[in-house]
Amino acid sequence: MSLLNVQNLSLSIFDAEILRNINLRIESGQIVAVVGESGSGKSMTSNAIMQLLPEGTKSDGSIWLNDYQDLLKITEAEMCEVRKTKIGMIFQEPTKALNPLESMGAQVIEAIKLTEPGLTRIQYKEKAEIVLHRVGLENSRFPLSTYPHKLSGGQRQRVVIAIAISQKPKLLIADEPTTALDVTTQAKIMSLLKDLILQDNMGMLLISHDLGVVTDVADHIIIMKSGEIVEEGPTAHFFNDIKHEYTKALFAAAMQKGADKFVADYDEAVLEVKNLKKSYKLSGGETLKVVNNVSFKIKRGENLGLVGESGCGKSTLSRCILGVEPFSSGEILIKNKSFTGQKELRKHINIVFQDPYGSFNPRHKVARLVAEPFYALSNSLSKSEINEKVKDMLKHVGLSASDMDKYPHEFSGGQRQRIAIARALITEPSVVLLDEATSALDVLIREQILELLEKLSDMLGISYLFISHDLSTVRNITDRILVMKDGIIVEEGATAEIYENPQHPYTKALLDAAPDITKTVSKLKA
Amino acid sequence: MISFLLKRLFSLILTLFVATIIIFILIEVVPGDPAAFMMGLSTNTDAADALRAELGLNLSAWDRYFNWISGMLVGDFGISYTYRIPVSELVLDRLTVSLPLTIYALILSTIIAIPVGVISASKRGSFSDTFLMGTAQIGVAIPNFWFAILLVLLFSTTLQWFSAVGFVGWEAGFFPVLKSLTLPAISLALPQAAILSRVMRSSVLEVMDEDYIRTARAKGLTKRQALIRHGLRNAMIPVLTILGLQFSFLLAGGIIIESIFSLPGLGRLVFQAIAQRDLIVVKSIVTLLVLAVVMITFLVDLAYAWVDPRLRERGER
Repeated sequence: MSLLNVQNLSLSIFDAEILRNINLRIESGQIVAVVGESGSGKSMTSNAIMQLLPEGTKSDGSIWLNDYQDLLKITEAEMCEVRKTKIGMIFQEPTKALNPLESMGAQVIEAIKLTEPGLTRIQYKEKAEIVLHRVGLENSRFPLSTYPHKLSGGQRQRVVIAIAISQKPKLLIADEPTTALDVTTQAKIMSLLKDLILQDNMGMLLISHDLGVVTDVADHIIIMKSGEIVEEGPTAHFFNDIKHEYTKALFAAAMQKGADKFVADYDEAVLEVKNLKKSYKLSGGETLKVVNNVSFKIKRGENLGLVGESGCGKSTLSRCILGVEPFSSGEILIKNKSFTGQKELRKHINIVFQDPYGSFNPRHKVARLVAEPFYALSNSLSKSEINEKVKDMLKHVGLSASDMDKYPHEFSGGQRQRIAIARALITEPSVVLLDEATSALDVLIREQILELLEKLSDMLGISYLFISHDLSTVRNITDRILVMKDGIIVEEGATAEIYENPQHPYTKALLDAAPDITKTVSKLKA
Repeated sequence: MISFLLKRLFSLILTLFVATIIIFILIEVVPGDPAAFMMGLSTNTDAADALRAELGLNLSAWDRYFNWISGMLVGDFGISYTYRIPVSELVLDRLTVSLPLTIYALILSTIIAIPVGVISASKRGSFSDTFLMGTAQIGVAIPNFWFAILLVLLFSTTLQWFSAVGFVGWEAGFFPVLKSLTLPAISLALPQAAILSRVMRSSVLEVMDEDYIRTARAKGLTKRQALIRHGLRNAMIPVLTILGLQFSFLLAGGIIIESIFSLPGLGRLVFQAIAQRDLIVVKSIVTLLVLAVVMITFLVDLAYAWVDPRLRERGER
């Protein structure tokens, strides 16, 4: 008997085919991972099992739960019962998955009440405390009355997990449960999920875009592309014989093999940060040192990585460097001139943001968006000259001149990030800040964008300051890496050295936490 | 929470202060003789001199402002030039009509708008959604004075359930007052309810797309339960803002409806005062309205903080 048995599931929304002939099976105590890029239908598969589908969805096939209930055939009332007691779900965006107006205790208790009605308030509280304790939120530090905005992303995800397991489900569906989290948090959440699965003998459907994340925990791997399963197999044998091209590409992307990098040897520093300090006053008269005595230099053509978890001060540091946030003391030099936000120097520095969707005005055409820095800075160029530059730049980033008249929503996430890069490079800056510029992209797209950035850097002699929470992302593109923790640079060195021989315990922890498919695969083969 | 309140209170007082200065400058300091203006066409200089003395125009602007403010603080708003009674009495008298009317109209509009908004949002695209939102569209478009006349024709002239005009006065008791305010309140409430229901609908639609609703559904709540337990409170936040704006608008903005129903309300008082050039009354009522708007904004802020824990925290920092 299978816990879940999906047979020939096909699905279409308003006649657009989303899923085609999906077959998958999950047993108790087993973790099945579905991997694919966005749009491959992996989330739709999980939503179909939960029967939380948008309007206008038609499905075909069957989804058997415990071999006796076909979730496609039962009524909505029966399905509510199934969601209550049989299936729990964990979502991608922990910051949005909880009701901001209710305490975490109330939200956990609500879930318990649905499965076990009629207990006293004290009993509910006790049960909620126990289940929150199981996910690592002890009552002493996190009382039930804590509101979600007081919790970090990882802690919120723990609350969502607590809600799911409080109903003692047999099946847990986790849809990209760690994608929005830091690497170290990611590792902790994954191991928490694995422990819970073993303890409660649940089955889990784990959905991810990253082969590296799932390889360590999954028993069975399914690769999806364009609504179909292209390859699958038990994890133990899966990597011995990869057949499908797409899987190979995903595998290569997850490997992140380090290549030898040309290290710039110009002496001219394009950006220099000297003893930069930035602190905030807290209510109790304490000061919070967000950036504490940070110094570094970027030479012309050199690519520097700045790595640390969220809250380490890297975003504040980048805002100071961009001249949009005043700092307490220290100095920032651009081309050896002190920079505090002057327009003349601003054209030498630009930024590409993390979210390719949120960083454009949706009502402007690409031509206007890319030319934006010219409007913001005083310039002596005529309209037609600007147009020429925009055209050239679009070609450089792999788009065409005809894209100038389109709006941002007509592009995919990867293409939008190309537009953002074009916008950052149009004033021919010396330094470009890449603030998690590839974190929101699918792994394969990420590879392409990184290649593009590298090409442009070689071609135009630009330096990058690549800011990321993920050491592996910056590995290929940077010459040197700074590791930042609590406002301090704890380690600095050539990229290869940091990887081969990290000195600081924090750097080691970051490296260990990063999912390493090579290690897992070699362990499997051994 | 306390510091949140204090901050709000401080900005409230500051707003009031700035408003009184602007009102004072507009009415008394800018060139032109208020006394001559108030006298209108008559050129009797003795009377104008007397009025000037009564208004204290011989004093410096600063002294006048100070006298005005300190008078208001103890409830002395001056004496109406046309009515010859203290402005405070006049305004209080009118408030006993306008305030209940405004509250009545707002309650009606909320009672209508929230269910309408919720129903049309939860049945988006259905016949009832189209019907309700079409009706709301008509409600926004219909001039409320015309609607008021229709109400009078139906309920007063034909059915004779309500009297067509006048206000019975609070001596008559609560229910007679309620009855005499019912038709005007309905006329005032109609366009407000129409606007509010559209805001409520879009707010609910937006909230229902939020991830936490999906979390609630994954717990096993039905769509309706998820909406009621998690959606409504979140959806109410933008609605609160609109409610606050509507309150300030209705308090003195009901002039046409007050005229149709011959109600002695604040709107008519200010209209008459302007027509009769009674600057003392105009000045006082405008100040009072500013106070009302600022107070309502403060109350809406309090309501926000009560609904949203994140705002409470922000105050603490």
